[in-house]
Order: sequence, then structure tokens, then C-alpha cells
Amino acid sequence: MPPATPTEAPPEPAAPADAPDATRGDVAGGVGHSAGRPDSTLKVTGEFAYGSDLWMDNMLWGVTVRSPHPYARIRSIDIAEALATAGVFAVLTHEDVPGEKTYGLEVADQPVLAFDVVRYQGEPVALVAADHPEIARQAAKKVRVDYEVLEPVTDARAALGHATPDLHGDQAGQVTELSRAAPYLHPEGNLVRHLKIRVGDPDPVADVVVVGEYDVGMQDQAFLGPEAGLAVPDGVGGVDLYVATQWLHVDQRQICAALGLRAEQVRLSLAGVGGAFGGREDLSMHVHGCLLALHTGKPVKMVYNREESFFGHVHRHPAKMRYEHGADRDGRLVYVKAEIYLDGGAYASSTPAVVGNAGTMGLGPYVVPNIHVDCYGAYTNNPPCGAMRGFGSVQTAFAYEAQMDKLAAQLGMDPVELRVRNAMAEGSPIPTGQVIDSAAPVAELLQRLRAMPLPSDLDGADLRHLPGGVSNTTHGEGVRRGVGYAVAYKNVAFSEGFDDYSTARVRLEAVAGAPQVTVHTAAAEVGQGLVTVEQQICRTELGVDTVVVHPKDTQVGSGGSTSASRQTYVTGGAVRAACHRVRDRVFALAAAYLGETLDDLRLEGGNIVSQTRGAVGSVADVLGTEVVEETTQWRHRRTEPIDPETGQGFAHVQFAFAAHRAVVDVDVELGLVKVVELACTQDVGKAINPDAVVGQIQGGSTQGMGLALMEEIQISEGKIRNPSFTDYLIPTILDTPPMPIEVLEYADPHAPYGLRGVGEAPTISSGPAVMAAIRDACGLELTKVPVRPEHIVDGGADREVSGTD
Amino acid sequence: MRVTTTVNGERYDVDDVWEGESLLYMLRERMGLPGSKNACEQGECGSCTVYLDGLPVCACLVAAGQAGGRQVTTVEGLGSAEDLHPVQQAFIAAGAVQCGFCTPGLIVQTHDLLRRDPHPDDAEIREALAGNLCRCTGYEKILDAVRLAAETMSAAPVDDPSGAAS
Repeated sequence: MPPATPTEAPPEPAAPADAPDATRGDVAGGVGHSAGRPDSTLKVTGEFAYGSDLWMDNMLWGVTVRSPHPYARIRSIDIAEALATAGVFAVLTHEDVPGEKTYGLEVADQPVLAFDVVRYQGEPVALVAADHPEIARQAAKKVRVDYEVLEPVTDARAALGHATPDLHGDQAGQVTELSRAAPYLHPEGNLVRHLKIRVGDPDPVADVVVVGEYDVGMQDQAFLGPEAGLAVPDGVGGVDLYVATQWLHVDQRQICAALGLRAEQVRLSLAGVGGAFGGREDLSMHVHGCLLALHTGKPVKMVYNREESFFGHVHRHPAKMRYEHGADRDGRLVYVKAEIYLDGGAYASSTPAVVGNAGTMGLGPYVVPNIHVDCYGAYTNNPPCGAMRGFGSVQTAFAYEAQMDKLAAQLGMDPVELRVRNAMAEGSPIPTGQVIDSAAPVAELLQRLRAMPLPSDLDGADLRHLPGGVSNTTHGEGVRRGVGYAVAYKNVAFSEGFDDYSTARVRLEAVAGAPQVTVHTAAAEVGQGLVTVEQQICRTELGVDTVVVHPKDTQVGSGGSTSASRQTYVTGGAVRAACHRVRDRVFALAAAYLGETLDDLRLEGGNIVSQTRGAVGSVADVLGTEVVEETTQWRHRRTEPIDPETGQGFAHVQFAFAAHRAVVDVDVELGLVKVVELACTQDVGKAINPDAVVGQIQGGSTQGMGLALMEEIQISEGKIRNPSFTDYLIPTILDTPPMPIEVLEYADPHAPYGLRGVGEAPTISSGPAVMAAIRDACGLELTKVPVRPEHIVDGGADREVSGTD
Repeated sequence: MRVTTTVNGERYDVDDVWEGESLLYMLRERMGLPGSKNACEQGECGSCTVYLDGLPVCACLVAAGQAGGRQVTTVEGLGSAEDLHPVQQAFIAAGAVQCGFCTPGLIVQTHDLLRRDPHPDDAEIREALAGNLCRCTGYEKILDAVRLAAETMSAAPVDDPSGAAS
């Protein structure tokens, strides 16, 4: 049974690594300023070296042979003809993997190169290295793989032997027994994780009940820089890998295991990363490139093209969800029951953690007294799914926000008012019983959003402002405007007891008579601006203008993953802690220099400043030839696993809240949608870099909007039907509306500078707001995401919104 | 085959080019000019936009041999770190750069837009940049950058290195 009292934070470890903040001046280019990126000049001139730009004399090109079948047994692999091709230096299969044959982020279930069985279309089977990429590609076609094709398992519920829930039933299905109807794709069966939450009355009764079933399609991260890297053998059995990735050290661990090498033999450096959004958490070419390099003794470059990229990384889990919301006549939620199926595809990747998020965050930022949630992650023969910005919270938000609108319609209430009435606030429990112990301005975000001015009415005179644009599909006839709201929250950093930390090395020295800081972390810069944040923190903490960001590599300890909106928080925390240690050593040097100890010192403007006496010496003079360097590990506060039967526990570090209002024009005759405006309010705790925060919100909002309107990897019988930017559409500048933003800064006392992770929350609420606006415009229930023109036009096949007829 | 072409004002003789190679591949892998980016290699994303005889094209859709005897201008030819073009400066100042993979193509495309239309309104900017995908920014700061570049360039016109006229 659920605990009687809400879950409190576990006790903190003694002696936190960082001292309390000293009084800081407002430092130019420091925390709170929109400092410029250190890499922007290189990026606008084309000189910034991305993974695909790397080049060495005598390097070879590596190419991957992939399975054309979603499920098949491998009878044999014949590499002779490929190997005999002029220009080919190596052809490798699973037999050439010297260490562990399988790898994975959470479960080592994915073959480095397939053996016995392939479980998804595009699974790597063999590798070719040649002196020209086209020779490698042609040789790859000569690798003969004899497959016994098997019937793929393509539905998550079927994989688990679960019946399709009864849409019109009154009760959520109580399905826990697994059947053996579908073949086991892995030895332990097809269930990756089943998360349960049980709170309060198991048989609650409510005045008003709404039920809905929702489908969310498979989204692609669609980062523009394809998977790429360069592996360079060191001649003594080790390898250096330059690669675009999100977490160098978790890559290193998996690569070492596969190669049978020690960590010091496998050195990673971050190549320029052209976007990530979760799609670079899992390995792509990493082990393959190293295998080819070690085998040939030559540098090997691998670059996926766009089609291969669709097969080369995990995607956002598609979801099938059934929700039942009960409320009293005043609109207060009495209960929510939810059944959520996430299709994890062929391998586990981060499915267990995605299930954790979808389950524990899956009711939205609302107070719900009675809860029954079952969230499943399943193996199928569909493409593997794992991390993507929003990580399990995106899918469920489409369902719970649609339910809130449906409930409002049933009650005859304003949808914003219903949300405000049920909104979480500081002190509210989330479904896991964890009490929110910092600001949770859900109601304020919605009210501020509603107070923002609405865009002007439809301008039918200019085609460019109409759905369909210059395709000249309408001059305004059949076009209806709709407005929709949504609000969401997201856990920041790694949850459920994960030992989540980062490492920072900060060096302070005098160079040519001026103080200079070098900051070294392994935390991946993927475009979000962490390198800028690292500089800003050093400027603020050490009062030094010149801050050099050392290239990211494994020569310093782990920075943890660039995911879960965590780097500014965790690596930012580590940089700050290292700066404090450096500062304390400078103060000790100052005592020797001054011949007395002052306890009111700070570092400011390159000087050591006493509160009472003013500047007492320059940092450069005090340092002399001394180099002060400190390396620090820093952890956020502890979390704990949730109870497997009740789902209760202090599982999350922090929460980020965002809300959106979408305004759309819908051509209800053609099903075309024009998003007129997408406004956002978000609490960021403290905007470390205000311009970068806005950039994150706008970019994240656009990705959420893309999922609502156009983005779907279409799968048929386990095969991807649209692996290209011709057929997988992401929003262009024409599809993307103006995005006014209000940023709130309610400090979280547990976090460095009070900041909250920013990147993911706006990706969660934007899509549901767009869906709500489309429903408002056309009066249809629209339960499938992305919404397609035929869903809007063929309204008769859909259901009318409850309570509006 | 040998391809003789002029890139950013400099003559190149490139040997051993395959018939199937694109101008993008030749620039990136044979001429040491990786600024033009390889995001889709299908003409959908605009990240490899370069000028070919003064017209913006997707370098991935032009065969290397087609560039023979013609003038190519890439992002590297528009400005350098020491001498940034106002469009490049504007992208930095507006915060329009995140991962930056779309940036070189957008800079060439914006350069072309402002050459044709020094004072575009927002709808015109959107039409002109509709072939350039960006996955990070949501385009708002890119619009800011184009407006800013238009402003600074009308205040202080600059030379056109694209090889269009003359």
C-alpha cells in the first residue's frame, strides 16, 4: 500500500563538496549575462570541425553492412568476394569482436555485430574498410548474408501478449499476466520494464469520467550532423577515437568491453557535434570504427548518410495509451487511471528509464489523490527506441492534456481554469509521493500565458499567412482559428537512485601578466551552449575575463550525459565547486603574499578584493609562476528507487515547468494547419545565459510542434518507409511561427545558482498545445499524433469531442 | 578525371575525381573545404548551399564535373575569422548559432537574399530560407540575424564575393 505520508528527500551525504556562495559582483560575461559562444566564429566561417569533417592522411573509410530484415536468423555470412575487391582493406563480422559481443546503456543486449539473429531492419552485420567511401559501399553489397526470414513482432501489446484495451469500457484493463503468444525476442521475454503506481482508493468514484485512447508516433531526433567519427590506432594496441557523442565516458566503458581493452587504451575526444537531442546516447560507429582501425592499422573514418542515420540511432518510443480521468462537479480530479505502452523496439537502450519517466511523470503537473498507472516498455522487431528530448514525458503529455480538455468540455469549464484548479504548487505531492520542495508555478505559467496578447486575426489577403501558403489552396474559405493550452513538467537530471555526477578541472595561472582560467570537463557540447556556461561560471567565481575551454576528452573524469536537461545543473555545479577550491587556494597564496590572513576576500576584475580594504593585490601578482589547478567531482542530491509495487519514492532531483498556448488556422476542407503563434512561459529558476535559454525554449517548442504536425517514422511490418528528409518532415522556417516567451526565475534552493534544467520542458507542452488548438478549430477529438490531413478532413471517421454536441 | 574550377577566387586542379562524386564531396574531401555541410546529401536541408556562378545551389546535387570551368563560392569565401562578413557577424550577435551545422548554408542563402532584396520583410525572409533546415533554434533567432544583417548592410554596404555579376 502507499505510504501514509509523502516521501521526503533522503538524508544528504555529509560535507557537500562546495561551500556556500560568496558574495559575487555582477561580472561581465558571467552568470546571468547573455555571453557569446566561444565557438560561434568558427561555426559561421565553416571552420568548426564536426565529426564528419575529420581527415587524416592515408585514412580509410568504414561502411556498415546492415540487415534488410526486421527479424531473421543468420545462416551464414560470406565475406570472400567483398574482401577480394581492389581497395578494400578489411571486412569484419561478429567473429572479429575480441571482447564482449553485446553492449547497451542499461542492458548489454545489443550485438556489436549481429550473430545468430537480427532483430531489426538496419541492424549492423558486417563492416568494410576501403580507401574510398564508394569502394567501401560497393564492397559492402558483396557481403553475402544468408538469412532465414522470420515473422516480425511489430506491436508492443502483442509482444507482451496483452489484449487491446476496450476503448469504450469503463475500467482500465488490469493486465499483468504475460502470455507466450508472441515469440520471445530475448531470453527473458519481451517485457523490458513494467512500472506500477498505486495511490489511494483502488475503486474511486467520480461525478464525471472521461476515457480516451491515444497514439503517438515514432519521432526522430533528426539532428543535422550525421553520426561520424575517426578512429586512429596508436600502434601499440590502443586507439584514439574522435566522435560526435553525448557522453564520452559511457561510450568508453562500452567500447573497452567490446574491444577487450583497458580504459587507458581507448581515449576519446569529442568531435564537433551537429545536434544530438538524445540520438547520440547510444553507440553508433564507435566500436565499428575502432575495430576497423585496430584491424587495418590505419585511421578509419565513418560517416553515415541521412538514410543510414535513420537506422543508425534510436528514436522516440511510439506510445499507445489509455487514460481515464474522474473528477467531481467542481472540476477537482478524483482519480486517474492510465495504461501506457512504449514500443522499445529490438534492444533495450534506455527504455527502462523512459518507462520510469513516462510512468512517474505521466499524469502531468496536477494533484491527483487516487492513482492507478501501468506503464510498459516492450521489445519488438521495430527500430530500437531510446532517448529523445523529453524522454517519456512527451508521449504522455499528449494524452493527459487531451484528457484535461475533454474533462473541461464535459464539465462545461474553461480548460485553463480546470488546469489551474488542479495545478501542482510547491508542497504538492507528485504521483510517486515525492513532495515538490521548490517553486512549482503551474497556475502562474498558465495565467501569464493567457494574459499575453493574441495574434491578429487571419489575414486572408496574403497567401503566405494561410494554411497551404503559396500553394494557393485557399483564400480563407474553410479556414477556422483555434486556440489551445497545455502545461507540462519534466524531471531534471538522472532519477531513481542513479549516481549522477560530473567532474571539472579548473586551472588558474598568469599568462603574460594577466590571469587566465582553463576549464576542462568531459561534458559534451552538442550545440546547447554548455561551453559558454562553463566560461560564465568561471568568470563569476574567479573574477577572470579570459577563460579557455579545454577540448572535451576522457583525460578528465566523467561529465555524465548531455541529456535529461542536466549539464548546466550538474557540470555547472562541478565547475563552480572546482572554482571554489581554486579560489580558496588563491586566498591562501594571498595570505602568504600579504603576510596576513584576511577573511573578507573575493576575486573580482583580476584582483583580490577585501570587503573592507578594497583591492589588496592582483591575481597575476599573487600567483606569480604558481599554477593553481583543482579537479572536483560534484553530485546533485541523492534520489532513490521507487517501490516496485506502489511506485512510491523520492525518485527525482528537480522539476522544470513549462506551458504553451498555440494559435492555429486550420483549413478544415483540406486538413492543412498553419500555426499562427506558439507562446511559451517557463520557469528556469535562474537564467544563467538568458539568450541561450530563449534559444533552448524556441528550439524545443519547435520539435514538440513538429511531432504534433508532421514528424513520424512510418513503420510497416517492422520496416522504415521514410528514411529521408524528403519523406520524414521536420519544421521549416515556413512551418514555424513567432514564439513569444516569458521566462520566470523562481530559484530552486537545492540547485547551483537556483537554476532549473531548461532544454526538455518546452518540447513536452508545445505539441499538446498545438493539438488542443487544432481540436478547438475543427471540433474533432483527434487522438493520433502526428495529426494528418485525413484525420481532420475525414472527421466522420473520428469521434466528436465529448460534451460539445 | 581532372576537374579545374575556381573556388573562392582560387583556381584548383583536382585529379582522380570519380564521375559519381558530388561538388560537395570534392569540396569537403578533395579540396580541404569542409565548411559546406553534409546533413542530408539529398537537396532537402540546404546545409551545403554554395554559389555556382553566382547562383545558390545545393552542392550535394551538383556533380563535381559540372563545376569544371565555373566559379564556386563557399561559406569560407564570404568572410574569415579576422574579417567576418556582416551576415556572419549578425548570426553571432543574434544568437542564431547553436550546433551550427545549418549555419554555413544559411549564411550563404541569407547572403543571396540580401543581395537580391536588401530590405526583406519577415514573410520574404521565410520564403527565401524555406529550403534551409535548422533543428536547434526554432528559427526565431535566425530571423533576428537576417533582420540585423539587412540593417547593418544597408548602413555600410560591402563587396560581393559571390562571383555573381561582372
